[in-house]
Amino acid sequence: MATAVIDEKENKALWAGDAEPLKASYGKLMMWFFLLSDALTFSGLLITYGFSRYSHDAYTGAVDAFKASVHYWPIPEKVFTHIPFFHVNAPLVFVGLMTFILILSSVTMVLAVEAGHRNDKKDVQKWMLWTILGGIAFLSCQAWEWTIFIQGSPEGLIVNDPDGTVRHIFGANLIENEYGPRLFADLFFFITGFHGTHVLSGVIINILVFYNVSYGTYERIGTYEMVEKVGLYWHFVDLVWVFVFTFYYLV
Amino acid sequence: MGHASHHSGHSAEVQPRDPAKIKHLLTVTLILGVLTAIEFVLAFTVPRGAILTTIFVLMTFAKTFYIVGEFMHLKYEVKLLIWAIALPVLFIMWLILAMLIEADYVHAAIEYIFG
Repeated sequence: MATAVIDEKENKALWAGDAEPLKASYGKLMMWFFLLSDALTFSGLLITYGFSRYSHDAYTGAVDAFKASVHYWPIPEKVFTHIPFFHVNAPLVFVGLMTFILILSSVTMVLAVEAGHRNDKKDVQKWMLWTILGGIAFLSCQAWEWTIFIQGSPEGLIVNDPDGTVRHIFGANLIENEYGPRLFADLFFFITGFHGTHVLSGVIINILVFYNVSYGTYERIGTYEMVEKVGLYWHFVDLVWVFVFTFYYLV
Repeated sequence: MGHASHHSGHSAEVQPRDPAKIKHLLTVTLILGVLTAIEFVLAFTVPRGAILTTIFVLMTFAKTFYIVGEFMHLKYEVKLLIWAIALPVLFIMWLILAMLIEADYVHAAIEYIFG
């Protein structure tokens, strides 16, 4: 009986602000729940993609004979075939490179968090800087990819409108798309754009945290937990790209 | 001696690197890299279809477990926190599956109505 009473009292204290029932600080918990809500948003976009894709006709011919048309969903490996500086057919190589850049920047981030646990300011600085560089590299790659996608191929695509007019379109925007149905380009811009916005804000927050680390703010507080929190965000952004890579580019 | 390890406030000391911890992180990195490389190769060698899609989904889940579990450290958090994050995600996955099945019907309906 006596033990039960004590337990109850302890439980009350546990959930009344005296302790951390989830053994994580307020800031970290809120970051987790923010990321969960962000996951819902990204899921919404990816669900829209899946829904649009499966409610369109699929291309059924041989992969090698693929020709873009507004009537069926394109094969992504036939759309994203460019790499900078070389005029070769390199399907998905550039996206693969972007994926590796983001995974590597995730690793440097986790090393920064690890250095923060050891209160090693020099190491935190070093790894934060690499993470920022990785993020900037990724954003630059994305800018290039968007440019190519918007400019389109020299051949373009000839479209026969239902009212009889024949148009020659180049590249993609939110209204026209030489690679396939209009929704394919719309969702490309929305999904990679929304992810890119996350990377951009991640880079900015990383720079702020790097500044605070260098300035000695966390050294004075005595904890590098802020590095951990921005780390959670950065890993989440990496995770989203893993999903975009699979479901937009590979499947 | 015991109280010396209790740091608080400004008295935080720099601790040496733990090679085992770093090695563990690099192993996770290697796994993520290899999984991505395999996905990349499969995209060009295996014909598209339900089997390939299933493989991709499973490999993406594997990567998710490593990123969320190890990098984001969720594996080592309190059970309640793990479930608070994982359970809503399971519902999202159900929503994705439901919407894909629904899309198939929508496609059939469009075919039926517009020919």
